[in-house]
Amino acid sequence: MLSIDALRVAYGGAVEAVRGVSMDVPDGKVVAVLGSNGAGKSTLLRTISGTLSLHRGRVDAGSVRLDGADLVGRDPGKIVRLGVVQVPEGRRIFGRLTVEENLRAGGMASKDKSAKAAAQERVYDLFPVLKERTSQRGGLLSGGEQQMLAIGRALMASPKLLLLDEPSLGLAPRIIGQIGEVIAEINRQGTSVLLVEQNATMALGVADLAYVLDVGEVSLSGDARELARTDEVQRLYLGHESEAPQERTTAAPRKTLSRWTA
Amino acid sequence: MTQFLSLLVNGISLGTIYALIALGFVVIFKASEVVNFAHGSLLLLGAYVIAVTSDALGFLGAVLVGVAVTAVAAVLVERLVINRLRGAPVISLAIVTIGVDIIILTELVRRLGSDILNVPHPWAGESIRFAGVGISLNRGVAMVVAAVLIGLFFLAFKYSNWGVAMRASAEDGETAALMGIKQGQVSALAWVVAGVLAAVAALFLVGSPTPGVSPTVYAVALAAFPAAILGGLDSTGGALVGGLLIGIAETLATGYQDEMLFLGRGFGTVVPYIVMLVILLVRPSGLFGTRELTRV
Repeated sequence: MLSIDALRVAYGGAVEAVRGVSMDVPDGKVVAVLGSNGAGKSTLLRTISGTLSLHRGRVDAGSVRLDGADLVGRDPGKIVRLGVVQVPEGRRIFGRLTVEENLRAGGMASKDKSAKAAAQERVYDLFPVLKERTSQRGGLLSGGEQQMLAIGRALMASPKLLLLDEPSLGLAPRIIGQIGEVIAEINRQGTSVLLVEQNATMALGVADLAYVLDVGEVSLSGDARELARTDEVQRLYLGHESEAPQERTTAAPRKTLSRWTA
Repeated sequence: MTQFLSLLVNGISLGTIYALIALGFVVIFKASEVVNFAHGSLLLLGAYVIAVTSDALGFLGAVLVGVAVTAVAAVLVERLVINRLRGAPVISLAIVTIGVDIIILTELVRRLGSDILNVPHPWAGESIRFAGVGISLNRGVAMVVAAVLIGLFFLAFKYSNWGVAMRASAEDGETAALMGIKQGQVSALAWVVAGVLAAVAALFLVGSPTPGVSPTVYAVALAAFPAAILGGLDSTGGALVGGLLIGIAETLATGYQDEMLFLGRGFGTVVPYIVMLVILLVRPSGLFGTRELTRV
């Protein structure tokens, strides 16, 4: 479905954030991308969703193809209509809009009223809590509910491929478990998922395939379950080792939200 | 008491006209993040076009053409200038609109010269009286039309796709882009709406008790700036309240100037700015403004 080939992306013509990444998201699968801060995960998603130029980033080489059609250089609206929708990092729901208006904004790219009505029903089925709060302002929801709203908003465009940027960010362990189940359910309903995460336990739990990004390059890739057993992933991402704290504190925390790691 | 009521009614009617102008100003600020200083000259353009085409097209035709020309002019400013400078600092954009304003205003003043063009309102010169409270028919019609337009605007802003897209885009442009909401389109539409509202305001501003279209109309339109700013630059509700507040304050100050002669004559025109200053001293982001957004 989505295939990325030898992609190189730089910001401001100088800082190279993605250095020759190749990656495939097969039809109907969940693919996880792991990596610490600055590994190039968000850049990768921005490139796919077409918002790179808003950050003064540029694709220097390589391609991003959806079923053969090149996505590089297309505007974000066109990419949404082709069926690729991104849930941004940190949820970014519209806090002053109601839950219903947030969902409406998510369906803005399409003119198909019946498809939107069906999508809205699907969202309310997946997240009954949103249905109880349709006229409440998004900013008044809890963190977990906001993440559900962000995912629901993306589903309003009936995507073939859903891009998730760290959905576990700042959420309690129990909620992260729910988010994992929701991702699995969305995938069961036929949507492919590209899941970018720092929470390796949740990501490797739902993913079929996984890639590990390290400073802009793919350092490991393969079947998610096999990858979870490798020493490197165990040591770096699942925390089964003695020097773990040292590894984590060396990376300066970029976000103000707290993060839960297994 | 009668004088007070009469002034109050006149103030409210002037206030609704200011509210029309201020709403456009706020919509543009929300959609394009531009403080549009060219708003006054766009309004004068609308008044000018209505006045010069009314002989040939009749009153209604002239109004339609005037509204259309103003809307197109507003969109041209957005497409040719503002849209190309997206991402530039707010201050630079504001200064660019001052430049646009000077260009349009200079040309209009050249064309107007010292003439006062007359707009043949069907209700010209008439006035209505009710229990001793008098108001020119022009201002009466203005109040009704403005109330309808403002009502329609708020309905569209709340319920239409454009309204939802506009509010989403104003809150978080990048995320809105991720849902396929095009900031360019939202912004262009905002300028159209602002242009239409300004032209309608112009239609009533040049009627009784104002003599007609002359460069002084521009100065009158300027009073809508404090209305938008004191309401909170990013608040549509604030624009409405601000417009009414300024309209009433200005009319009262003008009406009671004989009782306040120590302030001198013509004090009414200064009142909008004094009201704005006082409110900003107490609430720096305006009555309903969001704190961060109004730090222009």
